[in-house]
Amino acid sequence: MLDQIVFYFFAALAAISAVLVVTRRNIVQCAIFLITALLATAGIFLQLHAEFLFIVQVILYAGGIMVLFVFVIMLINLDISLHQAQYNRQWWLGLLLALVVGAHLILAVAVGRSVLPFGEPAPATMLEPSTQIVGRTLFGEYMLPFEIASILLLVAMIGAVVMAKKKV
Amino acid sequence: MIPTSHYLFLSLGLFTIGIIGVVTRRNVIIILMSIELMLNAVNINLVAFSRLVGSAEGHVFAIFIITDAAAEAAVGLGIIISFFRNRETLLSDEMDLLKW
Repeated sequence: MLDQIVFYFFAALAAISAVLVVTRRNIVQCAIFLITALLATAGIFLQLHAEFLFIVQVILYAGGIMVLFVFVIMLINLDISLHQAQYNRQWWLGLLLALVVGAHLILAVAVGRSVLPFGEPAPATMLEPSTQIVGRTLFGEYMLPFEIASILLLVAMIGAVVMAKKKV
Repeated sequence: MIPTSHYLFLSLGLFTIGIIGVVTRRNVIIILMSIELMLNAVNINLVAFSRLVGSAEGHVFAIFIITDAAAEAAVGLGIIISFFRNRETLLSDEMDLLKW
């Protein structure tokens, strides 16, 4: 019962703040609502017994990436952009196509729910010391992808510095 | 207990909202934020399936996706700063240097 209350609360919070992210006019408010959506997702991870991902989501996403976004917004905050049109000229076509794609995906899950084992609740967790198991998998089987991800981060860091430098 | 399909519905809803943000908004920073929203929705999917199957690989993939999102945000915002310095605009439909 408590499980369900927690899940539906965080799901509603995530959905509402996601809608506000794509509809608000002020870009700082968009960033704040994106932080709310990410924290609600972190709550859902905790409810799914993914403790390590929960803390990674809070520290890295809500703490790190969003600080980067807010920094850039503050660097190039334009008062003019509040008075410009917020949606592009083909917004109705884009909205229609996006809704068609979304309806297809949701229909696929709704149909597949009776065939595949989505419909039942997930079994009582087999991932009990979840952080330990994730660590073993990450540093055992997925060692090479982990190292490649570190190189990716290095490349991204150098790329960001070069891009934002005064004289290119 | 909550059926796995409810997690999938939540994730698909967030993903669709992200697509709507990407295709309708003009501000590039909001487009980047919508992409973050979509990546986040995929993570919910991966973790829910990981719970269903009982293996930690979904968590590992979610960690890789978060790494990717960090790299993408850093490079994307660097490009935005560089572009803003040259053209004084943040609107995606005015970014037409390559259009003849």
